[in-house]
Amino acid sequence: MSSKIRVLVAKPGLDGHDRGAKVVVRGLRDVGMEVIYLGLRVSPEQIVEAAIQEDVDVVGLSCLSGAHMSLFPKTMELLRNKGPKDILVVAGGIIPEKDIPQLKEAGIAEVFGPGTSIDTIAKFIAAKTEGKAR
Amino acid sequence: MAEKKAEESSERKKEFKTTVGGIPIKKVYGPVDSAPVDPNKDLAAPGEYPFTRNIMPTGYRGRLWTMRQYAGFATVEETNERFKYLYKNGQTGFSVAFHLPTQEGYDSDHLLSAGEVGKCGVAIDSLQDMERLWEGIPLGDVSTSMTINATAPIILAMYIAAAEKQGVDRKKLNGTVQNDILKEYIARNTYIFGPAPSMRLVTDICTFCAQQLPQWNSISISGYHMREAGATAAQEAAFTLANGIAYVQAMIDTGMEVDSFAPRFSFFFAAYTNVLEEVAKYRALRRTWAKIMKDRFGAKNPRSLMLRYHVQTDGFTLTAQQPLNNVVRVTLQALAAVLGGCQSLHTNSFDEALSLPSERAVQVALRTQQIIAEESGVADVVDPLGGSYYVESLTNEIEKRVLAYLDDIDRIGGSLKAIEKGYIQQEIANSSYEHQKAVDSGEQVIVGLNKYTTQEQHGAELLHVGADLEAKQMDRLSKLRAGRDNHKVKLLLDKVHGVAKSNDNIMPVMIEAVEAYATLGEISDALRQAFGEYRERNVV
Repeated sequence: MSSKIRVLVAKPGLDGHDRGAKVVVRGLRDVGMEVIYLGLRVSPEQIVEAAIQEDVDVVGLSCLSGAHMSLFPKTMELLRNKGPKDILVVAGGIIPEKDIPQLKEAGIAEVFGPGTSIDTIAKFIAAKTEGKAR
Repeated sequence: MAEKKAEESSERKKEFKTTVGGIPIKKVYGPVDSAPVDPNKDLAAPGEYPFTRNIMPTGYRGRLWTMRQYAGFATVEETNERFKYLYKNGQTGFSVAFHLPTQEGYDSDHLLSAGEVGKCGVAIDSLQDMERLWEGIPLGDVSTSMTINATAPIILAMYIAAAEKQGVDRKKLNGTVQNDILKEYIARNTYIFGPAPSMRLVTDICTFCAQQLPQWNSISISGYHMREAGATAAQEAAFTLANGIAYVQAMIDTGMEVDSFAPRFSFFFAAYTNVLEEVAKYRALRRTWAKIMKDRFGAKNPRSLMLRYHVQTDGFTLTAQQPLNNVVRVTLQALAAVLGGCQSLHTNSFDEALSLPSERAVQVALRTQQIIAEESGVADVVDPLGGSYYVESLTNEIEKRVLAYLDDIDRIGGSLKAIEKGYIQQEIANSSYEHQKAVDSGEQVIVGLNKYTTQEQHGAELLHVGADLEAKQMDRLSKLRAGRDNHKVKLLLDKVHGVAKSNDNIMPVMIEAVEAYATLGEISDALRQAFGEYRERNVV
């Protein structure tokens, strides 16, 4: 299977709440995706660099500290300038509903809040990356 | 009726457990199940070794638990205003949340602080901020709990310096620094340096407090964050006590006598919604710790044997869906904490799965504690569930599981080694993943999330932290750097570096450095140069 979906999961900023990110990493691996976990305290620059180097289809960002409105759009901007145009970006964490439209405008395809099942995330990623030539 | 049904093997579930990965539960419990392991001692009266029933003979009949709500409001001015309001209204116990840059050793103007300033807590960059935080609040009359770990030496130094500027003798200071670095590598993740130099900073604080701050709790050994990360009740208890053992041993290794510091050790645990398992957990914790301190470390002072602890209701259990349901969850969790005999309690706000808490939600959270204290009657008797066949059996079972884990960790070579190997992280990650699968499959019901769901929108009023704060804090820093004696700061930062490289206690030079208005980030950098930085191994 050379056509496995490749996903990068990272936590930008200083937030240490990594339970959700780790569960998503393991869950997506269990449904057959190849997942790289970049870990905590990575800068938007490091995330974009890793996404390009690892040639991923998907980037998953997690933040629970309230810094998402600064960190997520910054990551998107760098990704748009430096990375391939078709990387799917999804996000999770404690993200107030009113912030979501702005994040989507910045190019984040979906924001998954607390209580989202692994299945929901996996299906979303599978549907959005379907037919993508690798 | 229920029993008859059970006999016909038509029970609701194939297997009953306290929680996912928790303890299997029988249909009914009797005297045989609840028999104490050591019948002469295990259920001694409250206030008597091994303190299963309570560390105090009178429980809450003497004094209620401290209702200590954790809070930090972005700027020092806002937080100070809030604290002054609370102080005028009779509150004397404060709990300070620091924003992440302060916790991880960065000033507000550092590149990595972008977006984080004032989120999750108050921004403290220098002694100047600490002085403003406590303006108008006499630090000799209050007790302050500070959730600070990697940068605890700096923050404690600032607190002492701020108090002395108010004219308060440091001997009179009352409060707690979390100062529990081991659990940061396991779960909370605000470490800076590697385990070895970090342990040295921990013991420096404990030694300094034992000598100079007689009323200060020098460490709060925390299970809360491990529970949040996915640990079961028994794992939370076991890994916390394993860390506790590591700290006591580290202190003894520095040459301190156990009874000279152990009375100032305190603990911090979570409260989940499974009320009776939580009550059993606290009872088992008190008993196990007392035995460890007596048998393993030879402590003689009764206060060294007493497990004193703070409880916070568990944030992970709150749902973003139908958020008002969280009021009920928090009530059950707070009830468990009180039935279990905690010394202080923080209740979460119902909107915390959505954002940082709003004022209205914070008030409901505090009122929850007050209703339990004043209306429920559970605070009128010590250890009300003692003697319950089920609770005694669960208490024994948790103690058994804790001891089994402690044996495993001893075999690995102690909790520091177990952390370096990723053993503790892996155990917790496994429990967390098991929980997620059980929730996704519907085996573990969470009301409003995977059962009894509705389409309603929450419509809660949420707290918003303004973005202008970052600029304000940066401006303040540049003024501070322009107005201080920078030559002196440079010399003191070199001195911090030198002491870090030596075996001397770090605290005296910390106090000197903060008094010269060296910033938290500058001091952290001096320590980084001496100790290097830690990069975690990712255990998923």
